[in-house]
Amino acid sequence: MNASTRSGLDIGSGTLRPCSHPPGARGQGIGHVRALSAALAAALVACLLILAGPARAQDHAALVQRFATESFNDIVGAVNGLATSGAPRAAPIIEALRDGRLVYRASDRAVFIRRPDNSFVSALSGEPAAEIGTTRPVRLNNNVRRAIDAAVGALSLLHPDPARRASAAEAVFKSRDGSALPALEAAIGQERDPRIKKLMEEARAAVVVANPQAAEADRIAAIGIIQRRGDQDALAMLGSLPATTPPLVREAAESAAVGIRRTLAVWEAGQNVWHGISLGSVLLLAAIGLAITFGVMGVINMAHGEMVMIGAYTTFVVQQTIRVLAPGLMDVSLFIALPMAFLVAGAIGIAIERLIIRHLYGRPLETLLATWGVSLVLQQAVRTWFGPTNREVTTPSWMSGSIEIGHLAITANRLAIIIFAIIVFATLLLFLKRTPFGLQTRAVTQNRRMAGAMGIRTNWVDAFTFGLGSGIAGLAGVALSQIDNVSPNLGQAYIIDSFMVVVFGGVGNLWGTLVAAMTLGIANKFLEPYAGAVLGKILLLVFIILFIQKRPRGLFALKGRAVE
Amino acid sequence: MLNLKSKVLGLFAGAAMAAGVLAAPAKAQETIKIGILHSLSGTMAISETTLKDVMLMLIEEQNKRGGVLGKKLEPVVVDPASNWPLFAEKARELIAQHKVAVTFGCWTSVSRKSVLPVFEELNSILFYPVQYEGEESSPNIFYTGAAPNQQAIPAIDYLLAEGVKRFVLEGTDYVYPRTTNRILEAYLLSKGIKAEDISTNYTPFGHSDWQTRVAAIKRFGSTGVKTAVVSTVNGDANVPFYKELGNQGVKATDIPVVAFSVGEEELAGIDTKPLVGHLAAWNYFQSVDTPANRDFIARWRAFKKNERAVTNDPMEAHVIGFAMWVKAVEAAGTTDATAVRRAMIGIAVPNLTGGISTMMPNHHITKPVLIGEIQENGQIQTVWQTPGTVVAQEWSPHLEGSRDLIADHRPPMNCGNFNVRTGRCGGAQR
Repeated sequence: MNASTRSGLDIGSGTLRPCSHPPGARGQGIGHVRALSAALAAALVACLLILAGPARAQDHAALVQRFATESFNDIVGAVNGLATSGAPRAAPIIEALRDGRLVYRASDRAVFIRRPDNSFVSALSGEPAAEIGTTRPVRLNNNVRRAIDAAVGALSLLHPDPARRASAAEAVFKSRDGSALPALEAAIGQERDPRIKKLMEEARAAVVVANPQAAEADRIAAIGIIQRRGDQDALAMLGSLPATTPPLVREAAESAAVGIRRTLAVWEAGQNVWHGISLGSVLLLAAIGLAITFGVMGVINMAHGEMVMIGAYTTFVVQQTIRVLAPGLMDVSLFIALPMAFLVAGAIGIAIERLIIRHLYGRPLETLLATWGVSLVLQQAVRTWFGPTNREVTTPSWMSGSIEIGHLAITANRLAIIIFAIIVFATLLLFLKRTPFGLQTRAVTQNRRMAGAMGIRTNWVDAFTFGLGSGIAGLAGVALSQIDNVSPNLGQAYIIDSFMVVVFGGVGNLWGTLVAAMTLGIANKFLEPYAGAVLGKILLLVFIILFIQKRPRGLFALKGRAVE
Repeated sequence: MLNLKSKVLGLFAGAAMAAGVLAAPAKAQETIKIGILHSLSGTMAISETTLKDVMLMLIEEQNKRGGVLGKKLEPVVVDPASNWPLFAEKARELIAQHKVAVTFGCWTSVSRKSVLPVFEELNSILFYPVQYEGEESSPNIFYTGAAPNQQAIPAIDYLLAEGVKRFVLEGTDYVYPRTTNRILEAYLLSKGIKAEDISTNYTPFGHSDWQTRVAAIKRFGSTGVKTAVVSTVNGDANVPFYKELGNQGVKATDIPVVAFSVGEEELAGIDTKPLVGHLAAWNYFQSVDTPANRDFIARWRAFKKNERAVTNDPMEAHVIGFAMWVKAVEAAGTTDATAVRRAMIGIAVPNLTGGISTMMPNHHITKPVLIGEIQENGQIQTVWQTPGTVVAQEWSPHLEGSRDLIADHRPPMNCGNFNVRTGRCGGAQR
């Protein structure tokens, strides 16, 4: 059977017709193709691919056979050979390889594709294979994956799914594979989505720039397109031109690279601010509970970090429960964990206040030592209960990955935490300013004895304020479980930073805590690239020490007659 | 187990005497005590607890086979709590008070440095199972982990062969990454990599905010020259590091990260899908398909009563070290430290990757080097390995001062830092 008569490049749902027959000539096939023009263009690509290489069945058999090897170099060769051969089943074979579903039989090196239902089909013919004996998977490494990306890129430029087309264009941009050019031209011709079209044009430009045979003027014009793209990949593309490139082209590339670097430097400052805000929001979350207990009640609570840890472990337990009882709710598990963490940490906070701290009011040193002891007890309790190793907290799908705004990479989990920190802050502020309990708390803060004389039960206010502070630490724990390790030591990492923020911001002032957290976060992130993470932190500590010398009450000192 | 439990309890309750007396009649015969010095609490507990468990398993199995020299083995577990000075105190307690014949323990280099004088002073034996920075060879310590040339240097060779021309050396700020990176920098320069193509950076223990570093790595890797990250990041910090790599979309096909302290255990806590293809260099992977390894994994899972328990490289080091010690004791006919030390050199036992590891005169063992890629299921699949085993260079030839030193603990040399230039034992000093 001649390969060209049954060739059809199976890319996703669209079935392409062989070039020896005009589209529609075989009647029933056309129904699968959405638009005639698409079919025409696709068929053209398929033909180009097919004409690029020998199209005889035994050649394809030999090509497919090359996958049955332990050598990665041979596998890379097989991928490249198959991709440019126009073999009818190139796409499914390469996709199976990418997903680790390509296997070969040890005895006769016949190659098979394992389907999701664990049945096997022959890689060459696509026909089901019943008994296949012992198989070995065709192995993957980074070189093979790169070859696959390039091949799949060239093969799925016409895929109906826009995301696949975009990633295909990106793959061609990175591989700069000249053989993809005809497919690329065809794809650009019929692309409707302007964003993907731009990606494809950039990919074409990359292919042209990298092609030593292209005319110099074309290459320089293409460099212009790459410069307009202006990101790190463009920079990498321009930097990778070989030394044999004509001087004019190289000059254009270098000046384009300088331009890109200048723009990126500006974006880099923006990136630092973003990282700083993100770190600041983490600091804010960790410190805001402490701002209440330390600020309002004057209790130096060394077990604050452990409240954060308990919040994180609550998230773990909630997710475990969900996994058993209702796996479908995994994406909203964090919203269930939030109130739970608040209640658990808050309850433990109230218990600590009632059992230990209330006996120690007015004795800061003893409070410090007692809460330090409590923190050790809690840590060891968690270690005994859950084990010393880290617990895996699942990140919901909407919190993974990143989005690009300009040349700024915004990671979803950090964005979510910033928004969450703002919500917690605003809610707390409203709560303290607008509710009777908030009023009582503020009254006790400003003048405990007078508040008591006015009929406020100060010891209950103390207990609930402590519970509130601890509960908010628990909320912070839910957020931190997404970016840090859920281990018994989680809290220790944040306690010093939290005290730093509260002291710097001014004891007892929520706005001060916000400003201090953001200032420290951004300052840290601007120092880190130059001074390194270790030295950056030291510099910040030194700065805070000096600042406290000058203003012992922090940025926003609380004013009032009763402030001792 | 019952004896052990009563021992530990007795220690803490201050009733050690009573417990000892009560336990004594239960013992029908004399036992050989084996010290286990791994942190069971504190930051290192995450890594070291499994090593304690694997030792308990090995001892239990040996006892089922009849023990050693006709005596049962008795584990003595102490907890140095990730506290480096406490390691020295606990080591002294094991040797002087419990009279252990041998100790298996330590993870971080700083803990090993802390116990080294104790083992030398009291003439006892320590088996150290973790890959480390080299530059040491004590007559009383047997190093069953990898020296730099058994892990780091082959990994660099692999990357160079892959065409990588720019290197980010990313490490945690302590002795192991700093020494390893010093060796690697010297090695890269000797291989013709330009100094401006090497970027070295350190972060503190437990670093959790990797945004800036990952962005910097992306920037460093965007010059069009193939770039790789060599990571000596240790402990907990790896999890947020890899998470950030995944979130910022640093793919292994663009900038691969090769790690020296990330094993199956660390990967168990992360979603590994975005990390597929990043590399790890070790001397053992759980995925290695040999009969010895399959058997070991089955035994370990049965012992842990957990069908998904993972194994890792330092565990294999303890398996090898323990088998060597048993052989050496049987050859020497005694557990006396000096005799066992002498008998140890030249002992060869099968490792779990299908080869034979031998204890060399420098107190390090021969090991195969495997480079693996992280898979979607959290396992690491070998993509390259040395044809045979590699002999450790405990004193790196790439560092000034250590270049002229060799270690040979056989008579007549009996020296861990013999200077071939001056012909004297005693290191680089004249």
